[in-house]
Amino acid sequence: MTVGELIDRDIFQVIVQGDDLSRQVTGIFCCDLLSVAMGRAPSDSAWVTVMGNVNTIAVSTLADVACVILAEGAQADEMCLARAKQQGVTLLATEEPVFEAALKIHGLIHD
Amino acid sequence: MADVIALTYEISPDDFTRAGEASSDVKSKLKQVGVSPAAVRKVAIAMYEGEINMVIHAEGGKITVEISPTEIKMILADKGPGIPDIDQAMQAGWSTAPDEVRSLGFGAGMGLPNMKKYTDEMNIETTLGVGTTITMIVKL
Repeated sequence: MTVGELIDRDIFQVIVQGDDLSRQVTGIFCCDLLSVAMGRAPSDSAWVTVMGNVNTIAVSTLADVACVILAEGAQADEMCLARAKQQGVTLLATEEPVFEAALKIHGLIHD
Repeated sequence: MADVIALTYEISPDDFTRAGEASSDVKSKLKQVGVSPAAVRKVAIAMYEGEINMVIHAEGGKITVEISPTEIKMILADKGPGIPDIDQAMQAGWSTAPDEVRSLGFGAGMGLPNMKKYTDEMNIETTLGVGTTITMIVKL
């Protein structure tokens, strides 16, 4: 499944549409500690977190994840939004808890 | 003698909004010169962790990155308080980061362990009250 196809499923709110919608989502990673995410998030994964600050975007680009999903209704602050737009990172959001959000992506990847 | 590209970055103290800019710049430059994605990721992760450490603990500092055909060398020099016990600092989960840093999602005690994990060589020189210089090498 590509990032674009994930967006098209319409299960998450699109906060920022990134530059590369043809990018494959090959896994899911859930974590809120940025240093742990930095070291452990697989590249090309969908990263589900409640941390919506500017450093989330820095970690997402450096760890090279496919997209970021803010769960639990977590809000991206202004700097986070600006950085996501600047870096072309796809940022999605949902009111669902982290596990349920990840489970939905898992279902889509393994359809 | 093969060409070595050297890049230098000043890291601002206490500015988490800019932390990661130097690492991002190095990442894009490494991509441009054709370094493999796996090596780029290792350099980006190790350097970002170092950058964050300099912002949290050391009132900023200077990072020099040397790119040669065989390796990427990162030299992170700060004039911070120094590391009293390197073995303890290297333990995953050990952290002296303040609460406001933790609320941003850092301070999990993974910085130095991540830097070691993602590099082929890492050397820490530290003097209390004078500063710390960390040299990391990712081989290509």
